[in-house]
Amino acid sequence: MYVIIAGAGKVGWNLARELIGRDQEVTLIESDHARYRVVEEELEHAVQYGDATELWILERAGIQRADLVIAVTGDDEDNILICQVAKEKYGVQRIVARVNNPRNLQHFRLLGVQPAVSATDLILRLIEHEVPEYGLVQLLALEEEHLEIIEVEVGEGSQAAGVRVQDVPLPEGSLIISVLREGTGFVPKGDSVIQPGDQVLLILDPGLESQITPRFAPNGAGVASEA
Amino acid sequence: MMILIVGSGRVGSAVAKRALDAGHDVSVLDSDPLSHERLDKDQTTTWEDAGGRFTVGTALEVDALIEAGIEEADVFLAATSGDNTNLVIAQIAQRRFNVPRVVVRVADPARAAWYGEQGLITVCPTQVAIDQASEVVLAA
Repeated sequence: MYVIIAGAGKVGWNLARELIGRDQEVTLIESDHARYRVVEEELEHAVQYGDATELWILERAGIQRADLVIAVTGDDEDNILICQVAKEKYGVQRIVARVNNPRNLQHFRLLGVQPAVSATDLILRLIEHEVPEYGLVQLLALEEEHLEIIEVEVGEGSQAAGVRVQDVPLPEGSLIISVLREGTGFVPKGDSVIQPGDQVLLILDPGLESQITPRFAPNGAGVASEA
Repeated sequence: MMILIVGSGRVGSAVAKRALDAGHDVSVLDSDPLSHERLDKDQTTTWEDAGGRFTVGTALEVDALIEAGIEEADVFLAATSGDNTNLVIAQIAQRRFNVPRVVVRVADPARAAWYGEQGLITVCPTQVAIDQASEVVLAA
């Protein structure tokens, strides 16, 4: 696989090292000359000096034959541009972009630059995961499929407690995919019984969360009426 | 027409003034409050007294664009000093806000050419300079 990485900061440089260590062909592009000199001492020809938002620099790095382009500069506009050009002008199959400011994530999405990774967002999710203040924790958003995976804890006396998976009242477009019980995770069968204290993973259409959390809330809290 | 110009530098501010003189509704967005001075320079009244709008903000922030009036804009000009910023905000204006006419200042001729093919109206000062300079330098 031939990978081009734009930005030889800590992320870019370490990515390059990892990929080279796995025998992938890598070209790292860095626009700051002092930084380039430092990285060049270790990576030699695998790093090039230049502004990766310039088309001729990308062409010099062989973007036409790249299988994957990763934009991890410190500038969101640059990352968007590099990935957009890689995908739409040069037909690169896979792109990955780093989002520095989470508020810019919407722009990456708008311009078709996916997947876009925001370290801040990832850490925020981990914080929520450790401290579940909300009824559910969103673990993963599947962009192309327009689905998400969430985790909910089964409350004592909830509608789902003591009930078989296939009998848990869930809206159409959602599915229980795994249960974590006392440190062990398993993929349940339809007749597996959900217990209070279980952490249940569901895959669903986004927007169905409000119909799902009441089923798992303790003592039926939050359920207004049953249809 | 309602014209939103992002970037009150030499180009942005000059185009803004011409547009206001021509009787259009002009709103300028710039992240540097001092750039407002270019709008007042050589004018008999202040920019606001002449009917212009000025907002301080970063164009990547949707709130700033909305405050500057992007939802009512007929024309959008991206004229900051950064090509990449200009290209990103121009596409936001085009795709998210459906501004009918989006003009982008792109200094790099190669990028200008390619994005011009993607439906943005690009203005490339470098290409103009190259063409004019070559003509004068190479004149018989």
